[in-house]
Formats: sequence, structure tokens, C-alpha cells
Amino acid sequence: MGLEILGLSKTFSGGSRGESVHVLDQLQHRIDNGRFVSLIGPSGCGKTTLLRIIAGLEKASVGKVLLDGKEMVRGSEDVGMVFQEYALFPWRTTLQNIEMGLEIRGMDKVRRRSIAMEYIKTFDLNGFEHRYPRELSGGMKQRVAIARTLVMNPRVVLMDEPFGSLDSQTRNAMQEFLLKIWLKRGDTIIFVTHNVEEAVFLSDEIVVLSRRPARMLERIEVAFPRPRDRTGEVCNHIRRDILKILEEEMKREEVRDEDHWNRLQSP
Amino acid sequence: MKKESYLLPLLLILIWQGLSSLYWIPDYKLPSPIAILLGLKDLLWIGMPPGNLLHKHVLYSLYRVGLGYGVAALLAIPLGLLMGWSPRIRRMINPLIELVRPIPPLAWIPIAIVWFGIGIQSAAFIIFLGAFFPILLNTIAGVLSINPILVEAARTLHATEKKIFLKVLLPGSIPSIFVGMRIGIGIGWMTLVAAEFTGVKEGYGVGYMIMTARDIQRPDQILAGMLVIGLIGLLINAGLRTFESRVLRWRG
Repeated sequence: MGLEILGLSKTFSGGSRGESVHVLDQLQHRIDNGRFVSLIGPSGCGKTTLLRIIAGLEKASVGKVLLDGKEMVRGSEDVGMVFQEYALFPWRTTLQNIEMGLEIRGMDKVRRRSIAMEYIKTFDLNGFEHRYPRELSGGMKQRVAIARTLVMNPRVVLMDEPFGSLDSQTRNAMQEFLLKIWLKRGDTIIFVTHNVEEAVFLSDEIVVLSRRPARMLERIEVAFPRPRDRTGEVCNHIRRDILKILEEEMKREEVRDEDHWNRLQSP
Repeated sequence: MKKESYLLPLLLILIWQGLSSLYWIPDYKLPSPIAILLGLKDLLWIGMPPGNLLHKHVLYSLYRVGLGYGVAALLAIPLGLLMGWSPRIRRMINPLIELVRPIPPLAWIPIAIVWFGIGIQSAAFIIFLGAFFPILLNTIAGVLSINPILVEAARTLHATEKKIFLKVLLPGSIPSIFVGMRIGIGIGWMTLVAAEFTGVKEGYGVGYMIMTARDIQRPDQILAGMLVIGLIGLLINAGLRTFESRVLRWRG
């Protein structure tokens, strides 16, 4: 049982000069329930597009996504998404942001408030319930955003570079916090990042994607136990491996770009 | 307000009064500040024409503005939200708006009189035209200014289109709607007085009052009437701003 990505391709038509852009190339993968999987790859490779397709924000050109054998429908309550730029509603307080999904679902005020208050406690947001997003620090905003997603109890949580705009200390703290929450809950997490250290520190499994159009380059099991030492022997070893794969991928593309250039130059 | 905000106006009024007292400014062209205040007193207690007191003029004018402005806001805000939300609706309605919008509200007075006759409806219609477009355009701009990622966030929280409309587009465009409402009331208030110049059936209205004062050559009361218009405009704007900052606390 789990999430299955079956032959997923995506082409965006109508770029600036009307050409179509091939973003995902026959992705095929299977993620067992309850795993923490990171997607890593060169920037602009289509990681975000993959997440958006799983979230139902975008349609695949070819292929489909199954959850426990059933095709995922748009707007399914099984998936939740956390965005890089927090995407908090600026006119809602912390509490109201966390309540938003329950409110949309039509839950009565008393119940949704008490559920949201539990999350305020778990996410260490006490005293900030009635503050607006502009009054919160980056780390706090992202905690609110994660709480807002998890309060809906999705089975698959998609995270699009959620800690990308945090400073490195806050980022480390947030990683540890996320692990703590996840170990307790056991949702499936698909985590997009371009930070190799982050991926190694967090994940059960790391999927390395190629440059556009994204193909699966490598699937790496990270089996060693948590808590992990970010700068320890094992972490560094895996990091080296991944960096090497990425580096080679970039070189390959450079060659290809050069070929392309030569072809353009020759009469 | 800071001290320097008062200083210059106060100085100018003093100079003005001084020049008037020395008879360097002819009274029948520009009455002195004191004369204007006395004119204001007459408007309050005697009325213009006598018996028609100032506060009733003001109330009638506010009523006309309230009606025209209220209808304008009631139509422009939902229409603006719709137009901001759907590019198709926007494309459909935009040409019509761009055609009608440049016509000054006052140019509608003759046809308004043909349609509604002289009376409250005509005046309210002119005010409606003045207030409608700023509110509409700012509401559209407000919806367009909402970060699309917020709509997507709502979508991943399983919001239907209707919920997105009510819980994202509407609250997200309120700052801009307020801007439109303030511009709208300003233009509405300005056009009102002009609309009243063309006549009112009820015998009340600040613009009508000023025209009557002109007919019997009371420049002090003309200027006192203008002062009243300015003060009321100021108060309305201040009131809206207070309301706005209370509603928009989240913006800081």
C-alpha cells in the first residue's frame, strides 16, 4: 500500500514563443505509506511540478498517480501541501490560519477552535494565537503553515522546499521539529529540497532527479537510525554520493548544451 | 496633527483678514474670514433661503450621496470581484466600462433629468456614476493583486470555487476596495454639489443653498457653504480611514 506514480509525463504548451516545454519524463515510482521521501535535483528540473500534480493543482499530460491502488482525484482530502513561501492568509491570525481547512470543511466553531488550539500547543505557538502572519518570524510562519496542513490529517504531506527561505540555524531547528512531529504521526511525506544535507538528515529515501525533463536518476535508501549526526561519517558519505551524481548530471547537460550550440553555429 | 500643519493656514487667514480690514480686498468679491463665519452663523440660524436651515441642507445632501454611493458600492464591489476572478467576464465587460468611464458624471445631468426628472433620483444617479467606477476598478485591482499561491493554498485545503471566492478573494481585496471607496466618496461628494446646482425639487441641499446665496448676492454665505462642503468631505474621509484601519489591522 502506498503512493504510486505511474508513467507520469508533463509538457507545458505555449511558452513565450509558443514552443512546448517538456518538464517530466515518464516518472515511475512507488512510495510506501509512512515513509519520508525527499526529491532532490537541479533547480528548475520539475520537482515542484511533480508535487503540484500529486496535489491536484496541475494535470499530468500522461500517466497517473494512485493512492492505495485508487486514482487520486482533484481536491482529494488525502493530500496536503506546504509551500515554500508559507502562503499564509495575511488577514487571518495564527489560529484562524490553522482553522481555515476545518472551516472550509464546515466544522462548527467550537470544535475547530479546540482542535486548532491543540496544534498551537504542539507547534509551540503559544501566545501567538491572535497574531497576524506579518508579526511572526519565518520559522513561526512555517510552523503555522505546517500545522494548517496537518490539521486536516492528510495521508500524504507534500512539502515544497519548506525551509528554503529560513536561515541555517532556524532551518536545522525546523528539521528536527518536523522529524519529531512526523515520528509521532507517521504520515507519508514527500519533501522537495535542493539541500543535500537536509535530504540526508531527514529522509528514509532520497530520489535524485535529472535536469529537465526530469527523469529518475537514482533512488537512495537512507537506512541508518535517527537521530542522525549531520556532519557524521555516514551522512557525509551519502552526501558525497549524491553530490557526485548531481555534478555528473550537470556536466552531461553542459556537453549537450555545447553540442546544441555547435549545431547552431555550423551553417 | 503636528504644529506646522496649522501654522501656514492660520497665517494665510490672518493675512487675509488683515487685508480685508484695510479694505484692500473688496468685500463684495471676497468677504473676510470673520464675515464668512458670520455668514455661516446666518446659515445656521436664519437659513438660506430664510427658513431653510443649514443642517437640513446638509442632511438632504448626505441623503443623496448616501443613496447614490450606497447603490454604487453595492453593485461595484460584487461586479469587481467577479471581473477580477474571471478573465472571461473581465474581457466581456471591460470594453463597455472603458467606453462609459471617461464620460464625466456631470455630462450625464441632462439625460438624468430626462430620465428621472429633477429630484433626488437624478442627483443620486449622478453620484452613483461618480462613485461606481473608482470602486469597481479598485476592486478588480484588489483581486488581481492577491498572490495566486494563496488561492492554491486554499485549494489544497479543499476549498470549492465558492469558498475561494468568499474566504480568499473577498478578504484579500478589501484593502484595495477601501481605496476605491474613499476615492468614490470623494468624487461622489464633489459631483453632488454640481448636481444640485441644476436644481432640486425639495428645496434643500448644500449646492442648492450656495446657488440661492449667489442669486441674492451673499458671497459670505457662498463661501460659508463651500467651507461646509470641505469640512464634511474631510469628516467623511477621516471616518472612512478610522474604519479602514480598524478592519485592516492585519496589514499593520
